Amino acid sequence: MHLPTGAPAARILAFGGYQPAKVVTNHDLAATIETSDEWIRSRVGIASRRIAAPDETVADMAVAAGGKALAASGFSTGDIDLVIVATCTQEAPIPNTSATVAHRLGISAPGAYDINAACAGFCYALASASDAVRAGSARAVLVIGAEKLSQWVDWTDRSTCIIFADGAGAAVVTAAETAQATGIGPVVWGSAGEHADKISIADRQSFIFQEGQSVFRWATTALAPVARAACARAGVEPSQLAAFVPHQANLRIVEAIARQLRAPDMIVADDIVEAGNTSSASIPLALARMTETGQVGSGAPVLVLGFGAGLTYAAQVIIMP
Amino acid sequence: MAMTDQEILAGLGEIIDEIAGVPADEVTPAKSFVDDLDIDSLSMVEIAVAAQDKFGVEIPDDELKNLKTVQDVISYVQRSAVSA
Repeated sequence: MHLPTGAPAARILAFGGYQPAKVVTNHDLAATIETSDEWIRSRVGIASRRIAAPDETVADMAVAAGGKALAASGFSTGDIDLVIVATCTQEAPIPNTSATVAHRLGISAPGAYDINAACAGFCYALASASDAVRAGSARAVLVIGAEKLSQWVDWTDRSTCIIFADGAGAAVVTAAETAQATGIGPVVWGSAGEHADKISIADRQSFIFQEGQSVFRWATTALAPVARAACARAGVEPSQLAAFVPHQANLRIVEAIARQLRAPDMIVADDIVEAGNTSSASIPLALARMTETGQVGSGAPVLVLGFGAGLTYAAQVIIMP
Repeated sequence: MAMTDQEILAGLGEIIDEIAGVPADEVTPAKSFVDDLDIDSLSMVEIAVAAQDKFGVEIPDDELKNLKTVQDVISYVQRSAVSA
């Protein structure tokens, strides 16, 4: 039996991001629930977030972001042979989001599966895409993080409705010619299933629940070592990073982990301010924005760190396209 | 080895300066975290974790609501060191 023919390494060609049109500010929320703009900004760091239209689905947003990444990549639909969608907020269990998204984008019969690793989903999907290319299971992968958290949120619960939001981000991953041209570093991933009860949705009739203080404590203690391990495995010092893009869970968590990396010159993504917490979409949305604005240049090393319900986490160093 | 109150205060001052940006010399025993130092419960979690590492004591989440002033933390560290 033959072995698959893979590639020496994998790299990212392009990013694409999509945010729904509707903006919901802290003032909008304060009109109907007991909260304030000042409280939300200081505790979570959000000024406004985007909420999908009632009939706008996870697949809709994934198609929008995926289409943008594909257009920016220089690849055509015919080049893509695997589509992975990271999501935990899809409307129904089957069919999966990825097969539908592939079809709607005009990608013909690729492999298609969804990943549920909550807010770590994009990093898990990126690692899986890199592995597929290197091992020879795929030549080019469309990786998408897409979430409609708003349809799982209790809009009268001020502990959650101020945080969660909607959006999608995507990347096109393909082979690198040589090992030196690698653009996706080794993943450091893991889980803490003993904390499964800390962030959950009990069943299809339930809302998202989060034990905020415990999650804050875990995130601000357990994750800097993961980030450092991902840097070490990539052979990149934190001080060499152009940017750090952690999941945009809460600006206080982002700042705490960034501080622990002791790399004052690196840019720290703060997309949450105008995007809210979009789970697996938050990292690719931030990366898409950094690319569009030119905030981080082509070839620069960036550390991405996803973490969330499960609890799950994953980090890797990537090279900006 | 026992730490003096002054040593714990100095250590706390460093932690609070780094986490909350409050200059260490403004961290005095009688000050309340919330009212005097403008430190909210999220920063308290970070401060407690850093204090755990620095002073070798356990400060669980449900203890945090009892730690209202700087002196409360110093006393807690001293009590925990004794029973360790």
